[in-house]
Order: sequence, then C-alpha cells, then structure tokens
Amino acid sequence: MKQFLSFVKKEFYHIFRDHRTMFILLGMPVVQIIIFGFALTNEVKNSRIAVLDMAKDEASASLINELEASRYFEIEKYLLSYQEVEAEFKTGRIHMAVILPQNFSSDLLHLNTAQVQLIADASDPNMANTLTNYASAIIMDYLERITDGRKLPYTIKTEYRMLYNPQMKGAYNFVPGVMAMVLMLVCTMMTAITIVREKETGTMEVLLVSPVQPLKIVVAKAVPYMLLSMVNIATILLLSVFVLDVPINGSLLLLVLESILFTLTSLAFGLFISSVTNSQQTAMFISLTGMFLPTIMLSGFMFPIENMPGILQYISNVVPAKWYYIIVRSVMIKGTGLATVWKETLILFGMLLFLLFMSIKTFKIRLA
Amino acid sequence: MEREKVITTDRLTKRFGDFTAVDAISFEVEKGEIFGFLGANGAGKTTAIRMLCGLSIPTDGKATVAGFDVYRQTEQIKRSIGYMSQKFSLYEDLTVRENIRFYAGIYGKSNRFIKDKTERLLLQLHLQEEANKLVKSLPLGWKQKLAFSVAIFHEPEIVFLDEPTGGVDPVTRREFWNMIYEAAEAGITIFVTTHYMDEAEYCNRVSIMVDGRIDALDTPRNLKQQFEASTMDEVFLKLARKATRAGE
Amino acid sequence: MKAAVIAENLVKTYGTKKEVTQALKGVSFEVAPGELFGIIGPDGAGKTSLFRILTTLLLADSGRAEVDGFDVVKNYEDIRHRVGYMPGRFSLYQDLTVEENLEFFATIFNTTIEENHDLIKDIYAHIEPFKNRRAGKLSGGMKQKLALSCALIHRPTVLFLDEPTTGVDAVSRKEFWEMLRMLKSQGITILVSTPYMDEASRCDRVALVQNGAIMSINTPEGITCNYGKALVAVKAENMFRLLKDLKGFSGLVDSYPFGEYHHAVLKPGTTEEALLAYLQQQGHGQPELKTAKPDIEDCFIALMKTTS
Repeated sequence: MKQFLSFVKKEFYHIFRDHRTMFILLGMPVVQIIIFGFALTNEVKNSRIAVLDMAKDEASASLINELEASRYFEIEKYLLSYQEVEAEFKTGRIHMAVILPQNFSSDLLHLNTAQVQLIADASDPNMANTLTNYASAIIMDYLERITDGRKLPYTIKTEYRMLYNPQMKGAYNFVPGVMAMVLMLVCTMMTAITIVREKETGTMEVLLVSPVQPLKIVVAKAVPYMLLSMVNIATILLLSVFVLDVPINGSLLLLVLESILFTLTSLAFGLFISSVTNSQQTAMFISLTGMFLPTIMLSGFMFPIENMPGILQYISNVVPAKWYYIIVRSVMIKGTGLATVWKETLILFGMLLFLLFMSIKTFKIRLA
Repeated sequence: MEREKVITTDRLTKRFGDFTAVDAISFEVEKGEIFGFLGANGAGKTTAIRMLCGLSIPTDGKATVAGFDVYRQTEQIKRSIGYMSQKFSLYEDLTVRENIRFYAGIYGKSNRFIKDKTERLLLQLHLQEEANKLVKSLPLGWKQKLAFSVAIFHEPEIVFLDEPTGGVDPVTRREFWNMIYEAAEAGITIFVTTHYMDEAEYCNRVSIMVDGRIDALDTPRNLKQQFEASTMDEVFLKLARKATRAGE
Repeated sequence: MKAAVIAENLVKTYGTKKEVTQALKGVSFEVAPGELFGIIGPDGAGKTSLFRILTTLLLADSGRAEVDGFDVVKNYEDIRHRVGYMPGRFSLYQDLTVEENLEFFATIFNTTIEENHDLIKDIYAHIEPFKNRRAGKLSGGMKQKLALSCALIHRPTVLFLDEPTTGVDAVSRKEFWEMLRMLKSQGITILVSTPYMDEASRCDRVALVQNGAIMSINTPEGITCNYGKALVAVKAENMFRLLKDLKGFSGLVDSYPFGEYHHAVLKPGTTEEALLAYLQQQGHGQPELKTAKPDIEDCFIALMKTTS
C-alpha cells in the first residue's frame, strides 16, 4: 500500500509540475462549457432581418413592432421595394426578410386571412429553419391576440409544449456531451500518454526491474486522473447549474456514480492503448481517433444518431460515450432514475469489463 | 609562412543570466589543422561550438569563422561549415543515397555535382551495395563514417565534429580518424570534441576548457611536458579536477 | 560457491524474416559472487540485449540464464527483488528532485533511505547539496551518481550497470570507477558494460564482445598476456605519412594509430631493426621505435580481425 501511495504521489508531482498540461486538464472543461454555451449555440438571438412593409397600415406596423420587441430579431433595414430584398441578402447583412403585402390590414379585417412572406437565407439551413419558426410563432401569437373574442370558422389551433427543455436551450444538449468528452480526454488520452512516456524515457525499464507488480504501476498511474476527472465533473456541473441555468433534475448521487463508471471505462481503454503502443505520438493518435472523434461524432451529442445511415448507427453502439450521454441526459435533464437507465448502465459495465480484460491480457511484464 | 586563420576568437563570452557559460575565450585555428576541443561535461564546450556555428549570438567578445563575423554573418558561416554530432547525424528511415542527396541538396549544389560525387563517395566508403538500404540497417561505425562524409560533402572550410566516435569499435574508430586526416590533408579544418583521450593525441593542437575558460592550449607533446604528464589522460585529469562548477 | 550470474548459450534475434539482426549469438559466461565483471564492446555488440535478458526484461530466443540462483524466466519476480539495474539512458524522473527520486525508488523497493544509508552515503554525499534540485537540471556526472544511488537503495546482491560511463567526461568516469570499487568491497556482485577499452583494466575479469559474440573472457592481465605477437610503438615527425608507410610494409600483421604513437604488429620473423631500416629508407629520418606492452585495445583489435 505504501508503494502504491508513493506512486500516486509521484504521479501528482508530474502533473503539478507540468503547468501546461495541468492548465489544459483543469481549464478544458471551463473552456468547453464557455465555447459551447456562448459561442457555438444554435439559439437565435438578435438576428438581423429586413422588413418590406408594402401595407404601411396599423396592423402591419404593430406586427413589425412585435417582431422587433422579441429578443430574437433586430431590424437591420426597412426596404422600399421587392427588388431590394435580393440585393440585401447578397450583402450578407441579413438572415431573413419579412414581407407584408399591400392591404394587409383590410385583408385581415375583411377576408379574415392575410399573407406574410418570410424569406430566409438557407445557406445555413438550421439557422433559416429556426428563424422562420420563431417568426411564424410570433405572427401566430399576434394573430391570436387580434382575433381574440371573435369566432373564426374552422380554425385549428396547434398547441405545443417543449418537454424537459421548455426554452429549447442548447445547453441541455451539450452539457452531457461536454462531460463525456472531457472525461474521455482526461482518462483515456492522459492515462495512455503518461504510461507510454515512461516507456519512452526508459523509466519503465527501471520500474519493471523492481519488486512492484507491473499491474500496480499502471493502476497507480490511473488514480490521479480518476481524481482529476471528478474535479472536472464537479466543475462542469457547477458551471452548468450556476452559469447556464441547467438544472440537475435527477439524483446527483446516481449521476456521480454513472460518471465514475464511465471514467473507469475510459481509464481501462487508456490502459489498453498504453499496453499496445510504445510512443506517445501513437498513443495520442489512437486515443484521438479511437475515442475522441467517435465521442463527438457518434455519441448523438453533435448529430442525432437516428439520422445516420444504418451502418453508423450500428457502429455508434460500441462507443461508450453514446451510452453515457444517454444516461446523463436522462438523469440530469429528464430527472429519471436507475429504473430507466439500467440497460445503458449494464452496457457500460460490460464495456468496462471487456476493456479491463483486454488490457490485462495485453499487459507486458517485460519490455517486448 | 603564416598560415591562413579560419577561426579566430577574442574574449568570446556567453552569459545566461548570472551564469557565464563561456568566459572570454581567445584562440585561433589554422587552415587544415585538426583542433581538439576538450573539456569536462558542463565546461562550456557545447555553448562555444554553438556560437562558432552561428546558432547562438555571443554576449561579448569577437569571433570570425571562415572570415565571417559570428554576430552578423551567421548565414554565410552556416554555408561554409559542416557539422556532425553523435546524436544527430542521418535520417534512419532514409536510404544511404537519399541521405547524401538530401544533405547535398541543402547546400544548393548542382545536380551534376551531387550525382558525380555521390557515386564517388559510395565507392570510397565501399557502400555501393548498401546504397539503397535504409541507414538504420547499417552498423554504427558505418553510419558515423557516412555521416562524416555527408558533413564534408559540400566541401566546407571547417567541419565541427561533436563526439563523433562515441561507442564506436576500436577498428572503425581508427578508420574514422583516417578519414579525418585525409580531410585535413585536403585543406578542411577539423574542429573536434571527444571523450577518448587517445584521440586527443591525434590532434595537431588541443585546447582544454575548465569552467568556461580555456585553461590550456598547445600541441599534445607540449601539454604533456607542461603538466609533467605521460599521457593526455593525465593532463586532462589534472586540469579538469580543478573545476568548481557543478551543474550544466 | 555457486556463481552469482550464469549465462548459457544465450541467443537473441530481432526483426522479422526479411531483416533479421542477431543481437546475441550464443553467449555463455559465469560471474562469481562479489566479482566486478566487465562486458567490453562497441555499440551494437549486444551488451544491452544481454543486460535486459539478465534483468528479466527480455526473453532470450534460446539458452538459459540464472541470477543469484534464480532462473531469469521462471523466477523473474525473485530476481526483481534482489538486483539493481541502471539502464544505458538516464532513467530517472527529470521533473522530480534528487531527494524525491531517491525516496520514490526506496519505497517501491519496500525500504527507506535511512535503512541503507551506509551503503550509498559515500555516493550520495556528492549530490546531497543539490537534493532539492530537479534531476533534469543536474550535470551528467551527478545524474549518474543519482542513478547509481537509486539502483543501490535496496542493497541489491547483483548490480547491473549498462554503459554507465558513456558520454561522461574522464574525471567523472574515474570517480565512478572508484565508487564501483567501494561497492565491490561491500560484497556486491557488479556487471558493468562499457565501450571504453581503457576501463577494462579496472575490472576483475572482462568479456570482450563484438557482433553478439564473446571473443575472449579473462582477467585484464590474462587477456593482454595471451596477445602472443610482438608489438612496436613507432613515432616520427610526420605521423600521417608514417601510418601510410607502415601499411605498405609487408612485414607487419597490422598497424594503426595508438595515441601519441602508431602501433605496429610484427609478423613472426620480422625484427624491429628491419622495420627501422624500412622506415629510414622511406625517409622518416630517425623514427622512435620501442617495444610496446599490448593493452586491451590492442587485443580487441587483434581479436576483431581474427574473428571477422
């Protein structure tokens, strides 16, 4: 036990004395949360639009007011003719144009129907989609208000509710994703690299020719990264609750336990990589392509798995992050318990056992 | 007749913060001379060589290499010298021929020159059979000989050899020194460091650095006389024992 | 008394079918307890492979070996408890201080610095003033002393030192050998490898290795006594031309530079006088000729030329 502790102590010296790595390790979750939370967001805020109001009447003016009053849009320009619309899009200053036809008010009053044309720049399809949805919603609201009290013949009103995430916040989606990514990076890549570094510098030779059981050496190397991961999880959760207003709806204990399970799985993968490689470069390359990319691409956090071609859907099943991502979303956002995620938990557990088995099997008690 | 001086230094100094790595060294090296540059680990040899190769700007003092100033004309210096060290010499994953071509290419020699000389070189080194083999498959001694040939391929005025024979077997070591002699005969000045004291005897003149200063500089014979020693090993030990500097 | 180290016909090859390098071609020797045994040979002779097999880091293709009575394959764990090993490269943690390195190695060997302080104190005293310095910031000679202290911290019965003096200056090398003498007097068996021929004389017995095979095993004196040829040291004004002329003399087995002199190995029947006459005839004036006592390097050169 004393041997083991002195190993862990030594490992912490390595980490604390390498300021750059330490900064990356502890700063990464913060940076990722900030990037995903504020920069890479799908939400629309103050998007610039142009308005072509050909009616110039009471109704059109108040509809435009509604649009401007919302936090989603900012009117960049009032256009005078239809020709100007295209020209304005070409400058790239606006994302959407709202066109109100002549006789907007009278049509609305007398015919009970009026048309509003929304033209969006679909070179960014997601953005265009979101913008037209928001605009439609505002227009519907407005319509509902002015027709209130009056009976319209045959109007079907759709009512929708966004479950779990009523404000459609992107953070609900990426916080679990960032957790998976950070744990993967710290546990898999850093563990693999630090073990392989000892092989490269030759210290592994000296350690092997010592009474310490080789397996103890590698397990001791994993412990500090496990602890660091816990710090990272705490950072991410604190940031999401207090900065991004993402609540933890389910059991915190369950969330932490599941995170430990995922951490162990990542560590086991890191150990496996370290026993089959001999250079830090290869170790890094394998952990990046074998773990990090699939975590981003195939966990469902960036791109919905349902939309992928069949083969990728199958492949996504072997990515541990996919299961962890599902678990975190369920527990943290939906507030469900172990009863709903037991299947995913079992799968992760199975992966952990498999990876541990593989890394013990490939582990070398000699140099070659 | 006064022979041409290819290296001159005058109170050449390099300081890193409070630490004076090279402390006002002054010496001259003549054309075609084999100049042994000895010193204990940490005496300042590497720093001095870096300044002479134009890789590091001195803090103080003057020096010229091949007639060029080490402060202002480092590019010209780099073109006039060759360099070989035990650690960095050849690309292990390139073949013998590719290595020669690559280094020759760096110095902008014509294709014709490179082609002719490559074949001549392979012949001299008895490496025709191995020309298309990867360098990593060659024994160490052959690699070092090849590395030396590559370092003087562009016919530099001076070649700097940093422990060129470390770990090489005694027979190949002597073959290597034979190549050094031939290069010196051809007018190339040799500036060499070594930990083998018998090799110090092969130099025309030897300087011994202690704590950043040159404490002795003369022919091996005169040095042995001066320090009342029977071998260069004894001379070196007598001088280096005085060192007070611990770190590097 | 049983030998401390036994190697029997060790063979080790690297690489696949296409390019096979034979690192060891059947190496056998025995080292007695308490002996200071040198493995002398250039880089690529197979020294490191041999050390790695004996320290249980590598498996030999064939042959067997014992260290301290334990088989290197079957009882590798026992061996790991009782040997000290210093690999060729500096293999300590550069980002830990001198003291932290030593403490770390003490704990992994289940001991403490205090317990074996008397064994390492003479060596550690040299570096103790720098105990709070990071190992990466030490000079070559001090790194080597620290590495030796770490390898000794658990009082090993057999100490393996793979090229401890490579790249180290003459002063530190001398000090290092004095330390090995001191350790030997404490009863530790020491195997040390080196490419420097002049270090052979400091060993009790040496094995001269080249291309994966042992050319000769004996005491340093034994090796030089078996030289069996007449050796002459020659010196003249122009040493470079002298060497060329020696090569042209048919009465010699070999000639090569040797420090201040050139060594000429005479064929049976060639006399020093004949050589002198030849050199004078070649215009070397009054060359200095004297009978030389062969040293290990002369023997190594001779053995290399007869075995290849």
